[in-house]
Amino acid sequence: MKKLVILGAGLAGTMMANKLRKSLDKNVWSITVVDKDESHYYQPGFLFIPFGIYTEEDVVQPKQKFFPDGVDVHYSDINKIEPETNRVLLENGENLDYDYLIIATGTDIRPDETEGMKDKLWHKSIFDFYTLEGALALASFFETWKGGKLVLNIAEMPIKCPVAPLEFVFLADDFFKKKGIRDKVEISLVTPLPDAFTKPVAASKFGDSLSKRNINLITEFSIGRVDNDAMKIVSWDEREVPFDVLVSIPTNMGTRAIERSGIGDEFNYVPTDRHTLRAKEWENIFVIGDATDLPSSKAGSVAHFEGDILFENFMAVVEGREPEASFDGHANCFIETGNGKGLLIDFNYDTEPLPGKFPIPGIGPFTLLEESAMNHWGKMMFRWFYWNALIKGKELPIDSHMSMRGKVVPDEAEFVGAK
Amino acid sequence: MTTTTLANKTLEIDAEGFLKDHTQWSRDIAKELAGQEGITELTDRHWAVVDFMRKEYEENGDGPSIRKLTKESGVPTKELYQLFPKGPAKKAAKIAGIPKPTGCI
Repeated sequence: MKKLVILGAGLAGTMMANKLRKSLDKNVWSITVVDKDESHYYQPGFLFIPFGIYTEEDVVQPKQKFFPDGVDVHYSDINKIEPETNRVLLENGENLDYDYLIIATGTDIRPDETEGMKDKLWHKSIFDFYTLEGALALASFFETWKGGKLVLNIAEMPIKCPVAPLEFVFLADDFFKKKGIRDKVEISLVTPLPDAFTKPVAASKFGDSLSKRNINLITEFSIGRVDNDAMKIVSWDEREVPFDVLVSIPTNMGTRAIERSGIGDEFNYVPTDRHTLRAKEWENIFVIGDATDLPSSKAGSVAHFEGDILFENFMAVVEGREPEASFDGHANCFIETGNGKGLLIDFNYDTEPLPGKFPIPGIGPFTLLEESAMNHWGKMMFRWFYWNALIKGKELPIDSHMSMRGKVVPDEAEFVGAK
Repeated sequence: MTTTTLANKTLEIDAEGFLKDHTQWSRDIAKELAGQEGITELTDRHWAVVDFMRKEYEENGDGPSIRKLTKESGVPTKELYQLFPKGPAKKAAKIAGIPKPTGCI
């Protein structure tokens, strides 16, 4: 028997188990999946919980539901990966040998990486919304909050879902307007980036969207510590931003097992070939989703597009061919802007998000980089696609490579002010 | 194509002022680039960071993140921000004559 071990059963790992179980002969290949958690979280839904749009039930399902027959599942933390001996040691004491390994262990928030973050105000006046507990705690805080300074801070790049901080402040603006206390809430987005977003055309667009909503944008702010007594965040170069409630996107890092195994970079991400998705150091290890060090967004859509490429390359390698499928960094993200509207961006390694129509040129139904109600419905429908198609590795009507069809390349001069 | 003249040498640069060819770099060029970034004097600590940036780029084809700088150059984060205010990874990369690190997305 040949042994494939998949580490991590989030979107990427579960999807690969489904895709590969269909194509790998059960008499020849065993597939083993490892994850510490028996619940699967629809992470894009966490954003909506603080504003009472989604509840816990909307975002949690048992993982077991999504595994195909013929996959052996182990619920345990990973202690260590040993690539030299093709072995994974689990926290529960089991050892798994493998012929091929797929690492899909994702990324976690690490509030402990910033001094004073996980201190006495944690989940009292300082919240995250990248975990279910954080999002729920913030929801109950907002229920009774009477207003004050709301500060959204990105601790350090890269982060999972780089549009989430923008969506959060847009939804907060809408939420407090509807509550009738928007005039009592001062909203600030405090980022280490020089702009509202990582790419210039979209950054300019988002910058306008922020100022239209009277949301402050404070840039090039790298948080050094949180002062719990004075309730302020302080940058490494001693700038200060006071808060009444701090919503933090803490430092994101890959799982500690990667660090323990000595196979990651300084963020515990695994160095990965940006096109083939094979680990740079080992020919029998592939990496997918947030666990890679690729210069692409850490997002579900990226994992989905990578899935198609990884599947082709995996099959090629086990059949003795060269891995020829090439990932282009494709990402496709719906961005909630509040008031029943949304934006859509579609981009890759080389092409930044541009305006236009998607997926059918001139028609849509989705509009790129412009707010529309249809884009909002796209985001809402996405949850259904996620639970019913994406996670099971089914095809979606979107090519895994980004297409320039329907996109409009703006005059460069128009966006000179963007940087 | 954009060019600039630094230390009496004509050099190709990108839209953000990063040198296109790191092999054309010299310590005199670094001093002038630092001046453009508002750093009037490059101390031994600055040079320690600049040299680390160049070594990283030559070994890995990319400049390091701030996290890696702190972890491996021996210069703590706080000091990095004093030496290269606002964006140490980006500023030090520019002065070191290497492209903008991809981590600074």
